[in-house]
Amino acid sequence: MQTHGLAELYRQMGRARAFELAVERLWRRGLISGEMHLGTGEEAVAAGVVTQLRAGDGLALTHRCSPALVVRGVPLVPMLREMLGQSDGLCGGRAGHMHLSSREHLVACSGIVGASLPRAAGFALAAKRLREGAVGVAFAGDGAMNQGMALETLNLAVAWSLPLLVVCIDNGWAITTRAGSVTAGELGARAEAFGWTVARADGLEVEEVQRAASELLARCRKGKGPALLHVTCPRIDGHFLGDPLLEQSRHLTGSAAKQTLGRVMSAAVSSGGGGALQRAASMVKMVGTMAKARRETGRGDRKDPLRVAHQAVKRAGGAVDVIDAEVEAEIASAVERALAGIEVRDA
Amino acid sequence: MRELTFGEAIDKAIEDAMARDASIVLCGEDVPLLRPALYARFGADRVLAAPISEAAFLGAAAGAAMAGLRPVVELYMVDFVAVALDALLNHAAKLASFSDGDWSCPLLLRAPCGGGYGDGGQHGQTLWGMLASIPGLTVVVPSTPADAYGLTTTALAHDGPVVLLEPKLLSAEWLEFLGRGGRETMTFDVPAEGARGAVAQAGEDGAAVPFGAAAVRRAGSDVTICSLAVGVHRALQAAERLGAEGVSCEVIDLRSLRPLDVETVVASLRKTGRLVVVDEDYREYGLSGELAAVALEAKLTPRFARVCVEDTLPYARERELAALPNVARICSAASALMA
Ligand SMILES: Cc1ncc(C[n+]2csc(CCOP(=O)(O)OP(=O)(O)O)c2C)c(N)n1
Ligand SMILES: [Mg+2]
Repeated sequence: MQTHGLAELYRQMGRARAFELAVERLWRRGLISGEMHLGTGEEAVAAGVVTQLRAGDGLALTHRCSPALVVRGVPLVPMLREMLGQSDGLCGGRAGHMHLSSREHLVACSGIVGASLPRAAGFALAAKRLREGAVGVAFAGDGAMNQGMALETLNLAVAWSLPLLVVCIDNGWAITTRAGSVTAGELGARAEAFGWTVARADGLEVEEVQRAASELLARCRKGKGPALLHVTCPRIDGHFLGDPLLEQSRHLTGSAAKQTLGRVMSAAVSSGGGGALQRAASMVKMVGTMAKARRETGRGDRKDPLRVAHQAVKRAGGAVDVIDAEVEAEIASAVERALAGIEVRDA
Repeated sequence: MRELTFGEAIDKAIEDAMARDASIVLCGEDVPLLRPALYARFGADRVLAAPISEAAFLGAAAGAAMAGLRPVVELYMVDFVAVALDALLNHAAKLASFSDGDWSCPLLLRAPCGGGYGDGGQHGQTLWGMLASIPGLTVVVPSTPADAYGLTTTALAHDGPVVLLEPKLLSAEWLEFLGRGGRETMTFDVPAEGARGAVAQAGEDGAAVPFGAAAVRRAGSDVTICSLAVGVHRALQAAERLGAEGVSCEVIDLRSLRPLDVETVVASLRKTGRLVVVDEDYREYGLSGELAAVALEAKLTPRFARVCVEDTLPYARERELAALPNVARICSAASALMA
């Protein structure tokens, strides 16, 4: 199996991050509509796994899809043009950022949580019959693993012995819910119980992710059945841009947080309803969730995977600054080309 | 009477009912933080955070409704009912029939619906026609805060399963959450009368709005425009414009699709002889065809036009706005009937 050196992995992570930051700027300017879920924090997963794919492998992604698409080599300008709603965008401006797809790359995203598993199982089935040695790969969140069709796929993929790799990106969250608080058992153990091969990796360590992905993919390609890679990583920019949970928990004295608090307090003291203990328990839980959101890794923090990789490359004597500059130039040029001919109504 | 936003009106109706009726429980993804006031007041026993397992929690809610509870289930969007349809289609909706009327399933499904904020074709559907085609379900879609409160209140005293759809464009909270995200740079064409208004509260007149009763929002004699949700507001705007051109439009807000207020529609058609259906759902096999059938069955043959969503909603904002029923499309459809 081909492996990529740390510097190349870092470059891919940097591309994914720079792309997301560019998307954020466009979103803030009102040029991108809808729920914009950034994949900041997932770069090591995207780079570690997607660099291990070959032509002919099918990739099914989620609402948080751009890092994997960038690493897969989907052209950046059409992708940005799509997000900007242009008719020469990747999908003719019809799909938007949650439903990006490229037939040429055999990659498709869906905003239906859990749908990537059966879709990738289908890619795997087609690979088995049409492209020997190729695989289907699904990215899925930790929350998605509780979706009915996801659980059904755990069974189906074994029954049909599919060359399927599911990469569970465990960021701890499903919007405002701690995914673990509504999940029974451990996700890897769940898959193991169905007969899957399971590996776990730390999403802060891109080489670890790459190693694990490469081993699991090799098994899948040899027809040894489905595999799950469970990777933990931070959710740096909240559920989506403008996430009120993140906003309010980072600005506890802001007007939005105060308004929420006012509503909650007046309801909590209304007559009729739960007992005092129950009400107190609710308040404690809500405050706990906000505290978690507040403590979440931010950009450039010690636990930002990009920073971790940056330091690792530096330690190894790699040319971090050159890579950073090249990446920045690539993305800036893509954005400039993507904006060509678009009337910008900035104030 | 109190001024409320559309979303607040539904929340308030649920809160009032939960205070009255201890059998009401609320469940759905993220409900503790989406409905923090309910969570704070009623606690985790009655406001249940659900995993992303719609088939399981909607199915469980239908079962709980058979066994004495009155669950309110929230879906993030009606589009996602696709993964849980069995609970409605084959279970909640069938129970009364299968038990020859002996057993009912008092379940309320609340789900945001509709487009107009650039979220793409998996997140902007209304699907009310598909849902209203199912015998045994009640499907209501309010267009004002007053109706939002009133229909929710009726639903929470109703014996069978009810789907209450909440147009995102009218619901400031959803629009902020899903569309604006705190940006000043993003604007939406929100009908003000639908987004905020006076609401009669428990005990006051009009606090409960009956199912199957349409509301005539504007009287007229040339063209009947039937609509619901955001479409009602677009139709009223179109009627204003058409009025200036000498075309008198009657605008009917259906409010409830199943049961459907056939009488009000037919009475209007007798008067006008022209029908324009403004429907934010798909054009084929849905409400617009249904209303044509309603007319024919009443032995009427009005001139007919429909302004609906004709294809998967495009993401690009301008194209989405063109694909949704809008004032220009309604005016040209109605004018064509006058020709
Ligand atoms: C079937 C379905 N249910 C609910 C939603 C709403 N929703 C969008 S993202 C999300 C949370 C997903 O959590 P996870 O799978 O962990 O992915 P993450 O957002 O953390 O990357 C939910 C509930 C949806 N899009 N589809
Ligand atoms: Mg998650």
